[in-house]
Amino acid sequence: MNFSEIQGKAKAEWNSLWHGNKPLILVGLATCGMAAGGNATMQAVKEELAKRKIDAHVIPVGCLGLCYLEPLVDIIKPGHPRICYSRVAKEKVAELIEDYLVKDNPRPDLALGTIGEGTVQGIPKFFDLPMLKPQVRIILDRCGTIDADNIYHYIANGGYAGLNKALTMQPDDIITQVEKAGLRGRGGAGFPTSKKWQEARRSKATPKFVVCNADEGDPGAFMNRSVLEGDPHSLLEGMAIAGYAIGTSHGYIYVRAEYPLAVKRLKTAIEQAKGLNLLGKNILGGGFSFDIEIMQGAGAFVCGEGSALMYSIEGKRGMPRVRPPRSVESGLWGLPTSLNNVETFANAPNIVVKGGDWFAGYGTKDSKGTKTFALTGKINRPGLIEVPLGITLRQIVYEVGGGIPNSKPFKAIQTGGPSGGCIPENLLDTPVDFENLARVGSIMGSGGMVVMDTDTCMVDTARYFLAFCRDESCGKCVPCREGLPLMIDMMERVTQGRGKPEDIDHLNELGKTIIGSALCGLGTSAPNPVLTSIRYFREEWEAHVNEKRCPALVCKELINFFILPDKCSGCGICARACPVDAITGGKRMVHVVDQVKCIKCGTCLEKCPTKFNAVKKVSGETVEVPKEPVPVAAAAGAK
Amino acid sequence: MTSNNDMKSQIRELITPLKGQQIVLIPALQAVQEKMGYLPREAMEEIGELAGVSPNTVYGVASFYAQFRYIKPGKHMIKVCLGTACHVCGAMSIVDSLERELHIKEGETTKDENFSLESVRCFGSCALAPVVVVDNDVYGNVTGPKALETIKKYQ
Repeated sequence: MNFSEIQGKAKAEWNSLWHGNKPLILVGLATCGMAAGGNATMQAVKEELAKRKIDAHVIPVGCLGLCYLEPLVDIIKPGHPRICYSRVAKEKVAELIEDYLVKDNPRPDLALGTIGEGTVQGIPKFFDLPMLKPQVRIILDRCGTIDADNIYHYIANGGYAGLNKALTMQPDDIITQVEKAGLRGRGGAGFPTSKKWQEARRSKATPKFVVCNADEGDPGAFMNRSVLEGDPHSLLEGMAIAGYAIGTSHGYIYVRAEYPLAVKRLKTAIEQAKGLNLLGKNILGGGFSFDIEIMQGAGAFVCGEGSALMYSIEGKRGMPRVRPPRSVESGLWGLPTSLNNVETFANAPNIVVKGGDWFAGYGTKDSKGTKTFALTGKINRPGLIEVPLGITLRQIVYEVGGGIPNSKPFKAIQTGGPSGGCIPENLLDTPVDFENLARVGSIMGSGGMVVMDTDTCMVDTARYFLAFCRDESCGKCVPCREGLPLMIDMMERVTQGRGKPEDIDHLNELGKTIIGSALCGLGTSAPNPVLTSIRYFREEWEAHVNEKRCPALVCKELINFFILPDKCSGCGICARACPVDAITGGKRMVHVVDQVKCIKCGTCLEKCPTKFNAVKKVSGETVEVPKEPVPVAAAAGAK
Repeated sequence: MTSNNDMKSQIRELITPLKGQQIVLIPALQAVQEKMGYLPREAMEEIGELAGVSPNTVYGVASFYAQFRYIKPGKHMIKVCLGTACHVCGAMSIVDSLERELHIKEGETTKDENFSLESVRCFGSCALAPVVVVDNDVYGNVTGPKALETIKKYQ
C-alpha cells in the first residue's frame, strides 16, 4: 500500500466508527483513569450494552488530562455531538446508558461538555470550560480521542503525514523548519533542537543514533507518560523524522520500567508501524530505513542525564561523564547521538506538516510553541495541561487549576521538580518560559508543577527535594556525593529545632558551591529548591531556627497535639486509635496526651469527631490543659 | 525447596533467549526479577557467566538501580508513593504508620512473609495523592489510619 491508500483505509475505518449508525463509547483508560476505576467502568459499559442488546462500539482511549474528573466516558450517538461525561463510576453506567442511549435524554447534569461539532442544550462546549480555555492542544490533541493501540486512528487524524512529507524533503530543509519553529528541548534544558540535529548530521562517524529520553523520573510529573499511553505513534513518527534528518536508521527509546502500560503501548505501536512499512526497511518505498528498540530503565533518576542514560542503555552503571565531548559527537557506544525528550520528538511531525512558522506563532520571542505540564499538589483541578509558553503562573494556578482547595491561601509553586525552585505569590505573574523561570531562580524542567498552600512547610519541602537528589546521586563527583548529605544534615537540624542561626547562610554558601562545581545536571541543580526557599521564605527558616517553630505545623519535632478540655466529651475514640497509647482518659473524662510518648502522627486529630473538634495542633506554644484526666463536667464547670 | 542447581538452570533458561551477540546486563536482570520476584545470588553468578563478566560486575550494575531487590518479597507488596504531590499531602505519615503496624522498615518483608513495604517515587496518579498501591490495587487519598484499615484485607 502506498501512503494515500493507507490514509484512505484509515479514514474509512475512522468514519465508519465515528459517523456510522452505531453509538460509539470512549472510556479513558490511561494509568490515571484506571486508578480512578476506569476498568470497572469499562466492564460495566460492556455488560450494560449486552444486557440491553444495544449494538455499540466501545473503545479505550488515553488521557484528556482531567485527572480529578476520572473516570471519563464519552458517548457519540449517531447524528449527535460527542458528549463527555465525568466521574462515571461503574454504578452510574446503567443510568447513563438507559437515559441517553435508550430514552434520548443526554443528562446535562452529568455531562462535562461537548467536544467537536454541534451543541446540546444545557451542555457547555468542552473547550470553553474555564480549565480548558487558556489551553492550546497540539501534543495532547489526540490523547483521549483515539485508541492508542490502533494505528489507523492515528493516521486518520493526520498521523504519519509528517513522515510521508519529510521523506520528500531534503534533510537540511527539515532542520531549517525546526529552526524556524524555534523548538527547544522539552526535557527542560531548552537546547535548540535544530542545532542538536544539525550537529549530529554533520558528525562524520557512523552509525549514528536517535535516542528518546522517556525516563520521566521527576516525582510529580507524568506528561510523557500520558503521551506514551495516549498517542505513542506521535513519538515514533517524530523519531523517524529525526532519524531521516540526521541520517541514521537506529532509534532507541529509554523508558521507565515503572510505566508498564506505556511500554506495552509502545511495543504494539512499533509492531503496527512496521506492519504498514512506516518503520523498518525502505519506509514507504522512499529508500530510508529506520528501526526503534525499547530499553527499559531500572529506576535511577540520574539516568535522565544524557551521558548516564547512554551508559545505562549499554548495560552499565548510569554514571554521567565529563562533557565535552557532547553526545552529538560521542554518545551511545562512542558514536554521534541525538538525545531528545518525548515531547520534543512529538512536536516534529506537526512542524514538518504545517511549517516552522506555524509553530513559532505560539509562545514568546525565545520560547516558542506549547508545553505540557503536570499540575498537582494543593490545587482544585490537578491534571495534565498544555499551554502556550508565555502564559503566567497565575493563569495556570487560578484559571486552569481553579485555585487552592478549601479557599486556603496560595503559598508557592514548585516548577522543574527536584532541580527547580519554588516561586512565591508575588512572582505569580511571571511568564512561563525558559528565561523568565531561570530569572526567578527556578527552571522549566520537564514540566512538573506542584502547588503549595499555607499547610506546606517550605523548609520541609526543600529538604524533601534535596533528600531525593541525595538518594539519586550517583556518587561519582565529590560536591554532589558529599555536599548534598552535608546540606541535608544542616536542614534536618533546622526541621528538628536544633538549627543555628548561621546554618541558613552556610546552606546558601554550600549550595552555591555545589552548583558551581558538580559534574552533571543533577548536582548543579539539586540545591535550587533550597536556595529559592531561603530566598523567598527566609522568615519561615528563621522561625524554625530562632523560635523553634514550624509555622505550617508540619515539622514533627516542632509540633504538639493537645486535647482541649472545654471541647473533649470523653468519647475515647482518640485513645483507642492512638498507636502508642499516649492518650489517657476514660469514659466522660477529658483525655490527655502524654507529650513524651506522643509520636506526632496526627491520628487523634484525624479521628476526633468533627462535632467535638477537640484536638489542637500547635507549634511554638503550649496550650493550658490538665495534667491528668479530669471529669468532663469538672472541666466544663471550671470554664 | 529449590536446589541451587535447579535455580541456576531456571535462571539460564530465562536469560538465554536474550542472548544476541552479547548479554546486556539490565534486560537480563529484569527478566530474572520479573519471573522470580527478586535477584538471588545465583542470578548474579549465572548472568555473569553468560555475559563473560564477574558476578561482582553484575551486582555492581544491579545495585546502581532502584528497581532490583535481593530479598524474596512477601506475598503482598505495599508500595507507598513518596512523589512530590503525595509528600505535600502527607505521605510520610503513612509510611510511619505501616512501619509501626508491620514491625518492619521500608524495603523489608514481614516475618510471616505476607507483606513487603516499599516506597516509590511517583506513580503519576498525583490527582489522587497520597497514593498507596497494594499488589495491583490503587488506593487514593490515603491517611495513616486508612492505610492500616486497607491492609487488613490482605492479612
